[in-house]
Amino acid sequence: MPFPGLEVPHLCAQCDDYPCVKSCPVGALSVDENTKAVIVDQEKCTSCGDCIEACPGNVPFLHPKHNKAVICDLCGGDPECVKACQEGGFNALHLVSDSRMDIHKKLFARDPLDVAKDLAINLFGEKGEEVV
Amino acid sequence: MPRGYAGNYLEVDLSKENTRETSFDEATLEAYFGGRGLAAKILLDKLGKNWAEVDPLGPENVLTVLTGPMTGIYPGTRVCCSGKSPLSNSIVGSTVSSEFASELRFSGFDGLIIKGKANSPVYILVTDEGCELRDASHVWGMLGEETLKTLNAEVVNELESRKPKSGRLREPGLLYIGPAGENLVRTAAIISKLGHAAGYGGYGAVMGSKNLKAIAVKGRGPMPDVAAPETVKILLREVQRRLARTQTRIRFWGTAYGGYSIGAERSAEPIRNWQEEWHDEKRFGVPYFSTRFWVKRSCSDFNCIIGCMKLSCIKTGKWKGDITDTPDYELQAYLGTNFGIFAPEACIHLSSLIDNLGHSGINGANTMGFAAELYQRGILKKEDLGFELKWGDADAFDKLARLIAERKKVGNVLAEGTYRAAKKISEIKDVDVTPYAVHVKGIEVGAHGTRSGLDKNPISYAASTQGGDHMSTVRDGYNDMLIVFYDSSVNCWFCRDDLIWDFARAITGWEINKHKWCTDQGQRILTVEQATLLMGGPDVFWDPDKDFDNPPRFYEPLPTGPHKGKTTNKDLVERLKKGYYEAVGWDERGVPTTETLAKLGLKELEPTMKKMRK
Repeated sequence: MPFPGLEVPHLCAQCDDYPCVKSCPVGALSVDENTKAVIVDQEKCTSCGDCIEACPGNVPFLHPKHNKAVICDLCGGDPECVKACQEGGFNALHLVSDSRMDIHKKLFARDPLDVAKDLAINLFGEKGEEVV
Repeated sequence: MPRGYAGNYLEVDLSKENTRETSFDEATLEAYFGGRGLAAKILLDKLGKNWAEVDPLGPENVLTVLTGPMTGIYPGTRVCCSGKSPLSNSIVGSTVSSEFASELRFSGFDGLIIKGKANSPVYILVTDEGCELRDASHVWGMLGEETLKTLNAEVVNELESRKPKSGRLREPGLLYIGPAGENLVRTAAIISKLGHAAGYGGYGAVMGSKNLKAIAVKGRGPMPDVAAPETVKILLREVQRRLARTQTRIRFWGTAYGGYSIGAERSAEPIRNWQEEWHDEKRFGVPYFSTRFWVKRSCSDFNCIIGCMKLSCIKTGKWKGDITDTPDYELQAYLGTNFGIFAPEACIHLSSLIDNLGHSGINGANTMGFAAELYQRGILKKEDLGFELKWGDADAFDKLARLIAERKKVGNVLAEGTYRAAKKISEIKDVDVTPYAVHVKGIEVGAHGTRSGLDKNPISYAASTQGGDHMSTVRDGYNDMLIVFYDSSVNCWFCRDDLIWDFARAITGWEINKHKWCTDQGQRILTVEQATLLMGGPDVFWDPDKDFDNPPRFYEPLPTGPHKGKTTNKDLVERLKKGYYEAVGWDERGVPTTETLAKLGLKELEPTMKKMRK
């Protein structure tokens, strides 16, 4: 992101405590019972941007056309991005079931700039510190 | 509006500082498609009447940056830069893989057509709202990496401040030039991201001549509508699945496997300015690059399934901190073996430097190899250069690259490209140095030789409208139109698959198929390019009898290796060339015939072409 070659996936980490849902002043965000994904009620959304600020990873964004918040809804439990990644043979994205999840999900909810910074230092060594 | 196109092209006049939107009718788009093809049409319309008087580095030249209807949908997204080339004085379609292309389509435009010359350095910023010119004097003169970082941060901050609290923005798509382009070095490239370059044609110099440092694009809209969305969805998945299975070699090694194998197995790699084409230096093999320098293997642009670019970084030693892509085969050959350098580290350093300076890694490096051969033969001396230039000395070539980018000392002559530099040095030194210049029609030859007969065929470059371009080479007058299609649609040749024709029909809704393209549309594009090549001017006019030929070096026998003594057969070249010209409807000297021009609907070219015929 801050440096070419260091694109990092910028996806919703599905935190357990849902800071975005808590932050919404009009109650437009809710949690899906089956998939535990965040669902946006477009009628209620006022485009205030509070959920973006509340998110530790800056993941939600306002849709350029209708200007409502966009948050990953896991495609109803069967995410297309994971399928595409695996068909391409990259295997960078995996679907993790709840029972196997023994790490706190919030560990993955980070700002993409932070992730890229770590990656740069990892890949480029000392040079990485000046890169970002 | 035809499907697959956003329909709007931005026409920017830098002299008058105004921009307007323009579009093309459906028949034009169907005939020329986009990218390289549409560029040929635009240039012919705008400059065709007095082509020979247009100075490629003058304000009257037009720079086109175009996408095609399939860009951003079919895997392998590229953008095509074109204009009147300062090297071949004709049209060269130079494509570069970058997010620039998809961002441009997201912003609702299919391309930019830029003319005029700005009074002071500027850059163009294209967003959903349109296009604006912004001051670039603070980045003028900066090396590539600094330019990239400064402009990325500047554009993202600017756009986030315009629309606060709307989410994190990804970096914009950016095309920029380095110091070489600013100083009008004819071999300069347009660079995108890090180590992605539109190298052939010298369009970096065209951008520099317009005082245009960069073009930044950030779009947030949707892609244009396609004719059959459901079909495209299925086809996209299928093509990606196929490419993942068929292109495994390039996916795993990039093109870096060539650095050793093309030299050792095919005897077709340039060594010491093509004096030899064979080496057996195993140190220069891809395992040495991958284990010691590659820090990231799966590294690709948006919508690319292949990812042939691997990220390299030098972590220790005097070149510590140099970051570049693979280097791919072309740069391994031209910045390694062609300089007599067989150390991966030096090759990575030079490719990082060449991108930072904004040279083309093939064209600029060919000129540098040419200079080194003149030094070897005692024609160029230490006082011309200011340092010794020995084969294999990476530091000397480092200095030479800077010398050319700054146009100092003999660098001022070498900055004119191999062909023009050879002519000038012959005059200054009173020795004929043209036999050492390896170029075809002004464009330096890519790193694939013809002499051993195992790589490119003998007329690959000699009959090509793009001269030494190693991608758009000549085969049989039918199958070589395929690359013209990929350059026009604008997609990557490495993502080639037969399903592209179904894809094209599903996106545009037009009846496009391989046979029609190869016998009609592709032929039309090539004929326009050939016509502009014949018109040439103002400083160079090509003679079809003499200049449409391989460089003299390609007729010398190979001095070393298993294919020692083999060379390109001159009679065969002549015979193949005639056959090729006949197949694409040109006469035996390469001038399009009256019937061909009438068939392709290019009658306006007839008066000029009539003068060229004998």
